[in-house]
Amino acid sequence: MSDEKSLAPLSDPGLPAHKYRKSDIDQKAAKRAEQQVAILFLLSAIGTLLVVYSYIFIPVDSFIFLPIMGEQNAHQLFLGLGLAMALFFIGAGAVHWAKTLMPDHEEIDERKPMRSKDEDRDAFVETVRERAADSGIARRPLIKRSLALALGLVGVSPILLLRDLGPLPKDSLEKTSWATGTYLVTDPGDRKIKASDLEVGAVAQVLPELAPGKKRKLEDIGKDAVLLIRLRPEEFQLDAERLSWTHQGIIAFSKICSHMGCAVALYEQGTKHLLCPCHQSTFDVTRAAKVIFGPAARPLPQLAITVDNEGYLIAKQPFTEAVGPSFWERSS
Amino acid sequence: MTARERIAANVANYVDERTGAAKWLKKNLNKVFPDHWSFMLGEVALYSFIILLLSGTFLTFWFDPSMREVEYEGSYLPLKDVKMSAAYASTLHISFDVRGGLLMRQIHHWAALIFMAAIVVHLLRVFFTGAFRKPREFNWIIGVGLLTLGIVEGFLGYSLPDDLLSGTGIRIAEAIIQAIPVVGTYLAFFVFGGPFPGEVFIPRIYIVHVLLLPGIFLALITVHLMLVWYQKHTQYPGPGRTEKNVVGYRLMPVYMAKAGGFFFIVFGITAFLGAVASINPIWLYGPYTPGQISAGSQPDWYMGWLDGLVRMAPPIETHAFGYTISWNILIPGLIIPGIIFTAMALYPFIESWMTGDKKEHHLLERPRNNPNRTAIGAMSLTFMLVSLINGGNDLIATHFHLSINQIMWGTRIGILLLPPLAFVITKRICLSLQRADRESVLHGKETGRLMMLPHGEFVEVHEPLTAEQKWTLTQHEQQGPLQIEAEDARGVRNPKSIRAKLQNRMSKAATETIAKPTAEQVKELESGHH
Repeated sequence: MSDEKSLAPLSDPGLPAHKYRKSDIDQKAAKRAEQQVAILFLLSAIGTLLVVYSYIFIPVDSFIFLPIMGEQNAHQLFLGLGLAMALFFIGAGAVHWAKTLMPDHEEIDERKPMRSKDEDRDAFVETVRERAADSGIARRPLIKRSLALALGLVGVSPILLLRDLGPLPKDSLEKTSWATGTYLVTDPGDRKIKASDLEVGAVAQVLPELAPGKKRKLEDIGKDAVLLIRLRPEEFQLDAERLSWTHQGIIAFSKICSHMGCAVALYEQGTKHLLCPCHQSTFDVTRAAKVIFGPAARPLPQLAITVDNEGYLIAKQPFTEAVGPSFWERSS
Repeated sequence: MTARERIAANVANYVDERTGAAKWLKKNLNKVFPDHWSFMLGEVALYSFIILLLSGTFLTFWFDPSMREVEYEGSYLPLKDVKMSAAYASTLHISFDVRGGLLMRQIHHWAALIFMAAIVVHLLRVFFTGAFRKPREFNWIIGVGLLTLGIVEGFLGYSLPDDLLSGTGIRIAEAIIQAIPVVGTYLAFFVFGGPFPGEVFIPRIYIVHVLLLPGIFLALITVHLMLVWYQKHTQYPGPGRTEKNVVGYRLMPVYMAKAGGFFFIVFGITAFLGAVASINPIWLYGPYTPGQISAGSQPDWYMGWLDGLVRMAPPIETHAFGYTISWNILIPGLIIPGIIFTAMALYPFIESWMTGDKKEHHLLERPRNNPNRTAIGAMSLTFMLVSLINGGNDLIATHFHLSINQIMWGTRIGILLLPPLAFVITKRICLSLQRADRESVLHGKETGRLMMLPHGEFVEVHEPLTAEQKWTLTQHEQQGPLQIEAEDARGVRNPKSIRAKLQNRMSKAATETIAKPTAEQVKELESGHH
C-alpha cells in the first residue's frame, strides 16, 4: 500500500453545473422579485416617517403598556422602532435584490503565492545593501552609537512628563480619618449615635464625624466607611483584646473589602456572616471578621470603639492596620 | 450619450486625471469574494464598530465627562436634589431629557455587546477552520489585539456614567493595578491622580475611550481589511476550489449590495434592540459612592470570565520583609489573562512548529480534519465557560436556589478538570467523524431502507456519494508526524536531542488522523459492487 499510485487522492470533479434561479428563467418571477425589493424599500421609507412623527408628536414622558415588556416610554419606543424599520428594510431590500436579480454565476480568480519572485527578492536585498552602504552607517560606528544613545534616551522625556499625573502614595493608604475619640456618625445623616440606638441584630453604616466646615470627599469615604453590628456579647468568640474593642455587643469593622475594596454590604442575620457582593468573600462577625469563604485573604480590619461620658459612640483608637485591598508596601 | 452619462464621464475623467484611480478600480471592482455565512461574522464586528462611532458621537454632544459635584435638577424625580457627579447627571439628562437620547445610549451599549460577541465568534471561526495559517499570521495577531482592546474599550465605556455599578467595576480595576508588585501603588496613584476615586479618572478614561482607543481601532481595522483584500479571502474546500484560485462573486454589484445591505440590517437589528430591550438602566443604581454597593454586581459579559476567575481564586497572600504580594488578585487578574492572550497570539506559530507545516494555505480546514487544534479550541472554550459561569455565581445561586459555596467549589474543581476532559472528548469525536467520512466515501450513505435479497437476507441500501461529495470529504491533505533527527554542527546525528524528540512527539499528537480513502480503494470497492 505504500507505492505512490495506491495513495493517490480522488480527483477534483471541478465546479458543479450552474443551477438557474426561478427569476433567471421566468420573467414573471423576476418581475415579482423586483416588486418585493421595492416593497422592502418602501417599508424603510415608512420607518423614517414613523421616526419623524414620534419625534415631533409623541411627548417625551408618555408611557404605553405592552404585554411581556410592561410599561414602556412610548416616545423612545416608537422612535426606535421607526429607526429600526428605516435601516433594516434598506438592508433587506438590497440583499433580496442581490440574491434574486443580480448575477449568481460563480466566478474564478487566480491566486498568486505571496512570496515575491526570487529575482525581485535578490534585487531588494541588493538595493538595501547599497543604500545602507551609501549612508555609511556601517563604516562610522561613532554615528551609529551616538544615534543609538540619543534614540534610547529620547523616550525618557514622555515618561518623565507623565510624572505629574498623580501624587506619590506616601502613607496615605495606611491612614484613615479615624483618630482616638472621633465620634461615629450615621451615613447618611451625620448624627452621633448612642449604643441604645442600635438593637441587637441591627446593622448601621457610620463615618467619622467631620470637622466643622469640612467637606466629605469620596476618597475619604472609600477608606473611612465602617459597619456597626450589634450582637449579644456572649455570641462573640474573640480574644480579650478584640473583645475590649467592642462595646455592649457592638462591633465595628471597615466596610471596605480587604480583597478588592468593594463595600461589604450584605449581612446575614442568621449566620452572622458578612458577604461581599463583588466576589463573595464571606467574613464571620463573631470571630473578628475572619475569612470563612471566598478569595479575600485577610479579615476586615476591626475598629476599636467605646463611648464618651454622654454615651455617644467614639473610636477608642485609629485603625491598627491599613483598610481596603492589599498593596505592595502593606506590611501585614 | 445621455446627459447623465456625460456628467458621470466628466467626473470620472476629472478624478482619474488626478489620481489614476481607473486602473485600480477596474481591477478591484472585479475582485472575487468567496461566499459563506460564516464570513459575515467579521462583517458584523466591522458594522457594529461603525454603529458605535455614530451613536457614540451623538452621546458626546451631551455627555459631560466631569466629576464635579452637582445637584440633580432634571426630570427623573426619584433622584431630584441628590448630589452626584456631572458625568452621572448628564447621563440622566441624555436618558430622560434628550429626545432619542435613551435610544442612542441603548443602541450604543447593545452595539458594544454585539461588537464583542461578533469578534469572539469570528475569532472562533478563524481558529477552528485554520484560517490563521500561513500567510495570515499577522492578521491573526491584529485580531487578537482588537479583541483585547475591545474588552478594555467596553469596560471604560460602561464606566463613564459614574453610577454605583460602574464605579464598583472601577474600584476592582484599581485594586488589580494596586496589586502589581513594587510599582502597583504608584501606578494606581498616577492613574487616579491620588487615592481612589479622586476627581480625575472620568475625564481621563473619557479621552481614552472616545479618542485614543477608537483611533487605534481604526488603524488596526484598516490594516486588517487591507490584508484580507491583498491576500484574498480564504475559501471552504469543495469541487473546483483549490489553493490556487478563489471562487465566488464579484465585488460589483453582488458584494456591494450584499455587504452594504448587511450593514443596514445589522444597524436595524441593533436599533430594534435599543428600542425594546432596556440595557444598563443607570438611574436605578444611583450615583457612585465607595461606601455603597448594589447586590448582584455584574460586569458586561466579555468581562465576566475575568470576574469569575477572580471570584474562584484561593485566598492566598504572601507577607514577607514588610511587603505584600496578593496572589489572589495577581493570578486571576493578570497572570492567567496574560498567559491566555499571549498563547492565543502565538498559536499560529506554535501550531506550525508542532506540525512542521510551513506551506501557504488558502483552503479552510474542516474542524474534524484537524482533531488536535479543534480539541485545543474546545479546551480553551471550556475554560472560559467555567470562568464565565462562576462570574455569574451569585445570580445562578439566587435563580436556581443553590448555595454560592457549592457553585464556587464546583467551578474551582471544574476549571481544572473539565478543560482537559473537553480536549480528550473533542479529539475522539473528531477522529470518529473522520471514520464516518471515510465510511461514507467508501460505502455510501445509509439510507435506512432495507432490501431483501433473493435468498432471504436483509441488507440496508447504501446510496453512493456523488463525485463532488466524495471530493469534498477527501480533498484535504494528510500530513504524517515529523521525524526530525537532530544533527550537531558537524552533521553527526544526535538521537538524544531533547528538542527534536519533543517536536517529534508534539507533531505525532498534532497530526493524528484517520487515513482518508484513496482513489485506489474507492475504485476497488466500486468495481466490487457492480
